[in-house]
Amino acid sequence: MHKICCLVLAALVTGCAAQPAKTDNPGSSAATASGTTRTNKTAATPATPSNSSAQSTPNGAEFYASTYHAPASPPTLIRGATVLTGTGTRLDNADVLLVDGKIQAVGTNLQAPANSKVVEGKDLWVTPGLIDVHSHLGVYASPQVYAASDGNEMTSPATPNVWSEHSIWPEDPGFRTALAGGITTLQILPGSGNLIGGRSVVLKNVPGVTYQGMKFPGAPQGLKMACGENPKRVYGQEKHQFPMTRMGNMAGYRAQWVEAQEYQHDWDEYHQKADSGAKDAKPPKRDLKLDTLAAALRGDILVHMHCYRADEMAAVIDMSKEFGYHVVAFHHAVEAYKIANLLADNGICAAMWADWWGFKMESYDGIQENIAFVDAAPGGCAIVHSDSEEGIQRLNQEAAKAIAAGERAGLTIPPERAIRWLTANPAKVLGILDRTGTLEPGKMADVVVWNRNPFSVYARANFVFIDGVVRYDRNDPSVAPQSDFLLGQPAAEGS
Amino acid sequence: MSNNTLRWNPSLRWILLALSLQVSAAAVASGGSVLIRDATVHTMTSAGTLEHTDILITDGKIAEVGHVKNAPADTQGIDAKGRPVTPGLFGGISHLGVEEIGEETTVDDYSLKLGSMRPEFDVTLAFNPDSTLLGVGRVGGITFTMVAPSAETGGTLIAGQGAVAHLNGAVDPATHALFVELGGGANALTGGSRAAQFMLLSQAITEVRSTKSLLPGDARLLTGGGRQVLGTYLEGSHSFVFAVDRASDIRQVIALAKREKLHAVIRGGAEAWRVAPELAAARIPVVLNPLDDLPESFDAVGSTLENAARLQHAGVEIAFSFDDPSSHNIRKLRQAAGIAVAHGLPWEEGLAALTSHPAEIFGVTATNGSIAKGRPADLVLWSGDPLEVTTLADQVFIQGVAQPMRSRQTDLRDRYLQKLRANAAR
Repeated sequence: MHKICCLVLAALVTGCAAQPAKTDNPGSSAATASGTTRTNKTAATPATPSNSSAQSTPNGAEFYASTYHAPASPPTLIRGATVLTGTGTRLDNADVLLVDGKIQAVGTNLQAPANSKVVEGKDLWVTPGLIDVHSHLGVYASPQVYAASDGNEMTSPATPNVWSEHSIWPEDPGFRTALAGGITTLQILPGSGNLIGGRSVVLKNVPGVTYQGMKFPGAPQGLKMACGENPKRVYGQEKHQFPMTRMGNMAGYRAQWVEAQEYQHDWDEYHQKADSGAKDAKPPKRDLKLDTLAAALRGDILVHMHCYRADEMAAVIDMSKEFGYHVVAFHHAVEAYKIANLLADNGICAAMWADWWGFKMESYDGIQENIAFVDAAPGGCAIVHSDSEEGIQRLNQEAAKAIAAGERAGLTIPPERAIRWLTANPAKVLGILDRTGTLEPGKMADVVVWNRNPFSVYARANFVFIDGVVRYDRNDPSVAPQSDFLLGQPAAEGS
Repeated sequence: MSNNTLRWNPSLRWILLALSLQVSAAAVASGGSVLIRDATVHTMTSAGTLEHTDILITDGKIAEVGHVKNAPADTQGIDAKGRPVTPGLFGGISHLGVEEIGEETTVDDYSLKLGSMRPEFDVTLAFNPDSTLLGVGRVGGITFTMVAPSAETGGTLIAGQGAVAHLNGAVDPATHALFVELGGGANALTGGSRAAQFMLLSQAITEVRSTKSLLPGDARLLTGGGRQVLGTYLEGSHSFVFAVDRASDIRQVIALAKREKLHAVIRGGAEAWRVAPELAAARIPVVLNPLDDLPESFDAVGSTLENAARLQHAGVEIAFSFDDPSSHNIRKLRQAAGIAVAHGLPWEEGLAALTSHPAEIFGVTATNGSIAKGRPADLVLWSGDPLEVTTLADQVFIQGVAQPMRSRQTDLRDRYLQKLRANAAR
């Protein structure tokens, strides 16, 4: 009760409530950047950008590196459980062995090394740790006070210079409740009020006093972009400035990509000169916005786009071809079912809710079979996401609803297939599938032990392992301590 | 490890399934009878749960619950094969029929923003039985909801009146309730303090009950019409529904209800478990969201998934509802009930919080919330455990009429399913 509203809306409400920020040049703020600072504007935009051959531009991420190191943990053998590996396979009465923070083996009759912790898995199910590609935990924290509302820098329609990680409050109690739901990895995104909202960060769901202590080591950052109603409402409707329309949205993104291409070209030219020993080689002036966008064009930062409607997704796909970059996933893709094959053909995943619809016009055509339809398209890549501090606690149940809806439409989706929507597929779009997302030897021991088939309303996580360390134990609350915020609050005692 | 390949079932399967489960609404509406055979019937009465039981529906009413031997000649049969039948589910306190799409002011009618206190505002006058939300809710097994106004910026702490609507489009005028917003979330509506909320309520009550204490020049909160409407609520025949979360605020409501002899219902109640004995003693029910487990505000620091279980254990009558913006997805409420069960609430109580309890709290026991001979048939045949997320409603009856299991969403599904199949075969 009394929550302002779900997060996707909270982002907007927050925008409405935010102090109106003075924008220096509303009509062209999407394209101001640093064009005037450059001198070497010799080349026109290449018709076919060869982004892959582009050299690096300044980034900065190296200065905000992860400080997370998993503590040592004893070997753990989970014995005789039903195992969904995340690779599409189900193993009954199987064992999973975790050693030194990694998956050592999955199979039958595995031998526990000396001093192993043994989890008897009879009647239990084991899955990879769940991964949410769309969360605002820490940037829209609980309690939802203005002081903790740090997710949307709605002072300009294009803010690729901001990073969600610089807003994260690690004491958001929502991290712990998500952990109880089996979440081991999550992407924290900026909000969707802007055309280009800023950089995202991938976290491991471990307690931390600093966000660096939670940061997934080596995971690429993402770039949050947004289609549709939100940017045009925040700027056009509320501030009477650009963009006011969907065509304005598209012009806004394209102007930014043009700037980024020029920036990339300037840096490439500088590197060439410097490499050839030219004495007058002078680096271009650094631009924080274009650092991000150039890296996104090169694929070093992965592009995640909030986009509901099928027609807008199709337009964005065309735009990605115009500028030679790749959208890894459309988030909130409520109409993905209308273009499931187009998405599959372009290698783009759709991150979806099971049943949200109608909370704004662009979500009016939501159907419960959306996830199942995307999954059914040949080569389709479906992801279940939350965008909600409530939904992130039970992605397994969101998937279960999609399985049931698919079943009624004539699609049979076994658990070993559906689990990929919350494990391997999200790991893929976050660029970390080589390290987590499946139970394959050598990968991080991010594992959930469920009290039953996880695709049930009655399913609870018994244990959650992150890098082999027990981070949640249903029978021992001390394993996952409450956040500092709740400590010493009389109202929270006994809750 | 090999990928599991997806298996397409023949398209015929879905059609057959649909045909076998759906009963012609026209047949029932024209006086035909329906016999549901071999169901597990959760009556939500003292009769409890009846296995291998038949339900005969004639002229829209439940003619028999038991082992039906004789049925009228034209009776249509549904073989439940042991599947559960429950009363139609409650969709919570919602904006159903008064909000088609969020964020669009021309189709949102749930909030009065005239700036003055108008308890006479009756949101059900805006109710649209053709709203697409009704079909979506029906297909999900929801048959009744409390349509309520919301207090928003530009309004006051008294949001106005709502009433129970059946998802066949009928509003029940005898069920009006008055909705009041309290707590930190309403501070902006009440001069910046929750203390003023109780001050303003007392003043409004004084304007109705103690007209002699008012002098001609006194500022009034209410219009003549407002005084009249508030007066009917103060007589105690209709409920005041107080949206309130913090334990200390709930205590103030309990005291107010006792002092003014109000028929009070708590909505939200994130910290209600902390005052459960007082609520039980005052016989004040709580309509709560079982999913609330985070300190979303400083009013809800004590939120817990065990709220429902603890209140029920203490003897407080509970029903379930989501927060305001969730009207589109009220079908999710049974998932919330299942989660309450997974956190300690007995299963039967989870179902009661979606059937018999809300019917009692909002005064519709004659038509909703239980299955018994002589009652209008308002029930759902489920594919499995009604609180389980993989379960779907197979057939819904509202006020005796079998509802077509179709909505704008199933139409969209069927259109694009064909397209998907064509592409899959390419």
